Amino acid sequence: MIRSFGWESVEFLIRGAGWTLLLSLMTFVVGGFFALIFALLRTLGPKPVRLAIAGFIQLVQATPLLIVVFLAFYGLSFMGLHFPPMVAAGVSLAVYTTAFLADIWRGCIEAIPKQQWEAADALALTRIQQLRYVILPQAFKISLGPTVGFMVQIVKNTSVVALIGFVELTRAGQLLNNMTFQPFHVFLTVAAIYFAICYPLSFLSERLKGNRHVRPAH
Amino acid sequence: MSALHINEIKKYFGALLVLDGVSLDIEPSEVVAVIGRSGSGKSTMLRCINGLEKIQAGSIEVAGHRIGPQGGDLRSLRKEVGMVFQSYNLFPHLTVMENVTLAPKVVKGVDRQEAEAIAHDVLRRVGLAEKSGAYADELSGGQQQRVAIARSLAMQPKVMLFDEVTSALDPELTGEVLKTMEELADAGMTMVLVTHEMGFARQVADRTVFMHKGKIWEQGPSEELFANPQTPELRNFIAPNLK
Repeated sequence: MIRSFGWESVEFLIRGAGWTLLLSLMTFVVGGFFALIFALLRTLGPKPVRLAIAGFIQLVQATPLLIVVFLAFYGLSFMGLHFPPMVAAGVSLAVYTTAFLADIWRGCIEAIPKQQWEAADALALTRIQQLRYVILPQAFKISLGPTVGFMVQIVKNTSVVALIGFVELTRAGQLLNNMTFQPFHVFLTVAAIYFAICYPLSFLSERLKGNRHVRPAH
Repeated sequence: MSALHINEIKKYFGALLVLDGVSLDIEPSEVVAVIGRSGSGKSTMLRCINGLEKIQAGSIEVAGHRIGPQGGDLRSLRKEVGMVFQSYNLFPHLTVMENVTLAPKVVKGVDRQEAEAIAHDVLRRVGLAEKSGAYADELSGGQQQRVAIARSLAMQPKVMLFDEVTSALDPELTGEVLKTMEELADAGMTMVLVTHEMGFARQVADRTVFMHKGKIWEQGPSEELFANPQTPELRNFIAPNLK
């Protein structure tokens, strides 16, 4: 069935983009949750825990995302764990996001001068209170720019799950191209939609990085 | 009973012995200045007193709390022992008021109104009542250091430790900080101050301790110690300062 690229096609792509957004959001929320725990344990946990997390981060960062996705989809199904593409996609992207965000956030926590910990320590705050009232609020401000910047990476990288058949924006483009044989119309539209999602994030990220309200510690 | 009793403490950094059997007793309301060259162990000794550095031998009793090589109940100790740092270390994301009220609220569970009343009081004492809404980067170094003193005072400590608190300041700003400290001394605060301000030590401290090579080399009433140093090391150390 050959159709011509038209308004319906754009609608089809936009529905795909909806899945891209949903997948990105899920990935960010789940990955961000674990990343925060990992970042804290990576800086403050007992040594074996720190080493284990560092190892995990290194391993995931050195593995192409597509391989993580294949492992979650084909690998686990080989072991009898059949995940639908949606779940395999979500899990593998969350693992990838955890590894990168944990590292970014660890850097932000470590960027707070040791004297800030000491000053809070000398005021008899507990470790948790030091984090809660002194370190994390400052680390959070520093982290905003890079974190929003990384969201762009998440959005673009959701495209690899097209390869396990999850119909997000890229997969929708492939399907549409098979029906219309108008690759330039299709993929330029796909690219334009990615741009429309990512550019505002990039812009925001740059603005946040330049934000002078982030007060430097002395 | 003494406010601070340091008994034969030893402290190593790796293999390096930085405190070699230091003992010191300080009475309530006494003001003791600690002088000495860089690397003499004076700041390290101060940091041992509130447990920021661990000791490997000996013991410290301060405001009724004990620390030994096994550590001690540092939280209870720090509620009663204030510390002011060379680099001020204000919390840059909080206003002056929030800096000062944080520990009373969080550590002592004082309610907000009362914490702010305490803060107003201590900020007035350091002459910065009108700066409560400012952030650290809107203040001069001298003002920041006075806020740091107020922050420490807000916990109503029994003993205060000052670690070279004027060393990072421009000369014209040291005066205001020294004046604040002098007022504290006059009000009867027990103070240990590591300092390079010989004039201040001589004037304000009841007693001055000279540290050298990780030991207390010489000590005595400030006026006497400066006027009549007994050891060649102290004589050499203070000679350039007297000219």
